[in-house]
Amino acid sequence: MNGYKIAVIGDKNSVNGFKALGLDVFSAESSEEAKGMLHRLAKESDLYAIIYITEELAQGMMDEINRHKDDVVPAVILIPSRNGSLGLGMSALSSAVERAVGSGIL
Amino acid sequence: MASASIKPTRMELNRTKARLKTATRGHKLLKDKRDELMRQFMLIIKQNKELRQKVEAGLAEAMRAMSAASSVMSPDMLEQALLYSKQSVDVGMELKNVMSVNVPAYTFRERSEDPSEIFPYSYAMTSGELDDAIGMFSQTFKDMLELARIEKTMQLLAQEIEKTRRRVNALEYVMIPEMQQTIKFITMKLEENERANTTRLMKVKDTILQEAHGYEQ
Repeated sequence: MNGYKIAVIGDKNSVNGFKALGLDVFSAESSEEAKGMLHRLAKESDLYAIIYITEELAQGMMDEINRHKDDVVPAVILIPSRNGSLGLGMSALSSAVERAVGSGIL
Repeated sequence: MASASIKPTRMELNRTKARLKTATRGHKLLKDKRDELMRQFMLIIKQNKELRQKVEAGLAEAMRAMSAASSVMSPDMLEQALLYSKQSVDVGMELKNVMSVNVPAYTFRERSEDPSEIFPYSYAMTSGELDDAIGMFSQTFKDMLELARIEKTMQLLAQEIEKTRRRVNALEYVMIPEMQQTIKFITMKLEENERANTTRLMKVKDTILQEAHGYEQ
């Protein structure tokens, strides 16, 4: 299927560079704000195949993000914000391993 | 085990034996599926780890460059420069089947082939730092797309592995032992009935013999 788009959620300074690439940028300053955005974007699941979200905002809304884990669309992917990586993306990796294996092996 | 609810009949025995056979076969198949999924998963994990490090490093650099650009340009100018993008992306998604798990495969098309289209502003009004920053974002973006695919695949595989693992365990530790117990119970019960029957016949024979001839064996 074609015609999907890509969204980026993050604080303004971190994500405005993506605008130039043709991605849909949504700026949010707090996790609360981002929650609403993610919910809205995910509901229009025919539109956005991938939603990138900065770790800083993701920190306060892991439940909302994990809810999309088992769906094919959208893929919610964490990216570091301007202030550097918090290691959340990596911990998502080991939590997936834990889920699959039953215990952490990494 | 609920041995009280099992009817110790030959029919029940045959049925349980058939079920056990199916369950054993299913268990073997599911175990193979789990192992193969696990192998795929491990490959994906490795890729994911490398790719994520690459993306995080790339983005950190791009965002640093962006900070540099915003320090030499006024915020308003920067905003204005990025206000309307010339480029737009169109993502196609196909589902690929990996061991009965549907994982996405993205195809990515930019509206315009011209690589300079990522600069939506005129060069006269903006600083060179912004160009650098946008260039870096553009470079990292290819990896980001790949990361999205890998990460989603990883999540979906993890879910499927978890499900399969539960099934394998349920079969191995609950269903199969239970059926084996049932079979044992029914077999023993049937044998006991058989013995009881033999004893009764012997007893009856004795009685008849005594009545007919008046002697004891």
